[in-house]
Amino acid sequence: MSTNSSTNVAHEEEHGHEHVHDLRDDYGSKLGMWLFLFTELLLFGGLFLLYMAYRFEYFPEFQLSAKSLKIWMGGLNTIILLTSSLTMVLSIIALQRRKIKASIYWLITTISFAFGFLVVKYFEWSDKFSHGIFPGGEELALKTQGEKIFYGLYFSMTGLHGLHVIIGMIILTFILVFIVKGKVSPDRFVLLENGGLYWHLVDLIWIFLFPLFYLLH
Amino acid sequence: MSDSTVSTNGDYVNFYQYKGKHTGILGWLLSVDHKRIGLLYLGSMVTFFLVGMTLGFFMRLELWNPGQDIMGPQTYNALFTLHGIIMIFLVIIPGIPAGFGNFFLPIQIGAEDVSFPRLNLFSWYLYTIGGLLAVASLFLSGGPIDTGWTFYAPYSLRTGTEVIMPLMAAFILGFSSILTGVNFVTTVHRLRAPGMTFFKLPLFIWALYSTAWIQIIGTPIIGITILLVVVERLFGVGLFDPAMGGDPILFQHLFWIYSHPAVYIMILPAMGVVSEIIPTFARKTIFGYGAIAVSSIAIAFVGTLVWGHHMFTSGMSDESRWVYSFLTFIVALPSGVKIFNWVATMYKGSIKAETPFLYVMAFIFLFSIGGLTGLVLGSLATDVHLHDTYFVVAHFHYVMFGGTIFIFFAALHYWFPKMFGKMYNTKIANIALAIMVVGFNMLYFTFFILGYLGMPRRYYDYLPEFQGMHQFATVGSWVMIAGILLMFINLFLGLKNGKKSGNNPWGGMTLEWTVPSPPPLLNFKKIPTVKYGPYEYEHYDEVTNNVN
Ligand code: HEM
Repeated sequence: MSTNSSTNVAHEEEHGHEHVHDLRDDYGSKLGMWLFLFTELLLFGGLFLLYMAYRFEYFPEFQLSAKSLKIWMGGLNTIILLTSSLTMVLSIIALQRRKIKASIYWLITTISFAFGFLVVKYFEWSDKFSHGIFPGGEELALKTQGEKIFYGLYFSMTGLHGLHVIIGMIILTFILVFIVKGKVSPDRFVLLENGGLYWHLVDLIWIFLFPLFYLLH
Repeated sequence: MSDSTVSTNGDYVNFYQYKGKHTGILGWLLSVDHKRIGLLYLGSMVTFFLVGMTLGFFMRLELWNPGQDIMGPQTYNALFTLHGIIMIFLVIIPGIPAGFGNFFLPIQIGAEDVSFPRLNLFSWYLYTIGGLLAVASLFLSGGPIDTGWTFYAPYSLRTGTEVIMPLMAAFILGFSSILTGVNFVTTVHRLRAPGMTFFKLPLFIWALYSTAWIQIIGTPIIGITILLVVVERLFGVGLFDPAMGGDPILFQHLFWIYSHPAVYIMILPAMGVVSEIIPTFARKTIFGYGAIAVSSIAIAFVGTLVWGHHMFTSGMSDESRWVYSFLTFIVALPSGVKIFNWVATMYKGSIKAETPFLYVMAFIFLFSIGGLTGLVLGSLATDVHLHDTYFVVAHFHYVMFGGTIFIFFAALHYWFPKMFGKMYNTKIANIALAIMVVGFNMLYFTFFILGYLGMPRRYYDYLPEFQGMHQFATVGSWVMIAGILLMFINLFLGLKNGKKSGNNPWGGMTLEWTVPSPPPLLNFKKIPTVKYGPYEYEHYDEVTNNVN
């Protein structure tokens, strides 16, 4: 360890860099990422808790409202996200096997799927909006309190999830650039792995949102 | 590293003298050195503390006479809200972990830095942005937020004042806190020096480690709660709004799911500091090392289950009330374990009553009062009577101020020589402490009596019969503030012209006392190998002679 650090310092002196401890610790990076993902889960956990409480309070209204969501759209998005998780893994495996081109290709596919998800979401939401069903919308204002809460949760939870999809896309795009530039490489791919972990989390949360809003009626 | 750098100070270059890519102010603002980041945090926190203190000073002035003296009700509301937000989110939650933790965690475990140095600097930037947003929200058109630091719905949904910006500030601060937590947990797992097993960690590290876990587990919940209030105000989703079928009680649940564990974020690191200072000045192995270490984890765990006791009067079934009441009493156990072990450590020790030790004594006295009155509030019957009175205000100032902030001061005096290589005037430091303690009790003990007699909190006005006591308390606030200022001035003078302190002025045994003061850039010449537990004074000579 000490030899390692002294070479680092010597290296710094030459280039006049700000000192950064380049003690490489891939396991540590992943540990940090898992902890962070745990906090993300808890962030959604608060919303799931609210969902539970309100579903208990407004059971019939929740069942009624769930019928108005289009299962095929939600289902399509589920397929899209699941497939994108697969392409994500393929990208990581390709990089580990030193197939940089294939890795880039699979990563671009993943990002495209993410975009596809957002497009479907866009149509879904605008359909609701055009029927006056959105917070403050005239149709929704006429509905019962339980239905208002259902849609309130629907928009908050899928909205926050959508935000995570966007963040995921941004992260993956950055990693894509790093792969192209060679900063993320077959010998140093923990960043891609961490990006993948994040992407699986986004997928996972959707896997819970889909049945809660679309299927339970 | 001494081979490759030119020495300017005897035989080593300390981290102040080290020249990286950037120099001057940028050398601080862009530095990823954990020691510099720790000092950045400390500087920001002391500044915010002084701002918060000034707000408290003006609140007390307003209460000199019944009726309006120097400000109207709206201003008073804004002041206590901002006072609360600053003291809670900007001073005491980041407090000891972000400041002293950053500086000493890597050194105490024998590492060169934290696991993610860049992320560490990023956390400080988030913290600063959050702080500036909170202060800036004062000057927005809507007027400063007046909800109290608890942001209770539905009032926070309805008030016309500026709520979104301080909420976003709190959200950003929470994010910063999460990143620090992730960083510390990873560091403790990955970067311990060879031989430093978990049960050889200094107790300060155990406390930081438990705190980091609470930060990770609790903070996201407040994050989502705050976001929902913001969304609610922007779009009117209805989740906490009774008019639309929402339930404001759920807001309170989510709020306290975080904010109660948050009080352990505030106190655990302080208890860790106490567990460092006491053995050092008793020159004795700490009594019950394992029990103290594990009790930190126990507090962290049970502490996540007791949030309901903040809501006894807000509508809750009787079953949940006694369950929460019961769990609350359980948390007193691990805290008691700590107190008894500290006392047992001092028993038959050769105690040197130096400044940091005296601060710790003040802490034990004040914190015990705070803790015992906490039990009064934790019991259902008495709480229903005392809820939302000055009794509560007195209780949490004793716990948070008499507890954490006094230990923050103790830590400043304990580690000052290590951080700056200089010594302050200990006599004046002791006098400042005495003045503070007197003023503190004049101010807050009076609050207990006022509260018991029925003075409600958060009022700018009061009944004439309370005037005598209110004036006594206000005079107390002046005494206390004088003590605080004296203490800071003394430290500042020590910083400027203090004598050289040497590497180990107190005779401590943890690793930071084996490196020079101030420490070199990467802390150690050679990463040490740890053989003994942190407070095994029978090996004192062997450990400390092995100076890096
Ligand atoms: C430095 C001197 C301080 C003074 C003079 C002071 C004084 C006060 C006063 C007068 C109130 C308002 C009581 C009411 O009207 O209900 C108050 C509230 C409060 N103080 Fe302090 N305080 C000080 C330090 C602290 C510290 C160090 C902390 C925490 C670390 C703290 C945390 C709080 C909190 C959380 C509230 C409640 C705000 C609310 O009701 O929303 N104070 N303080």
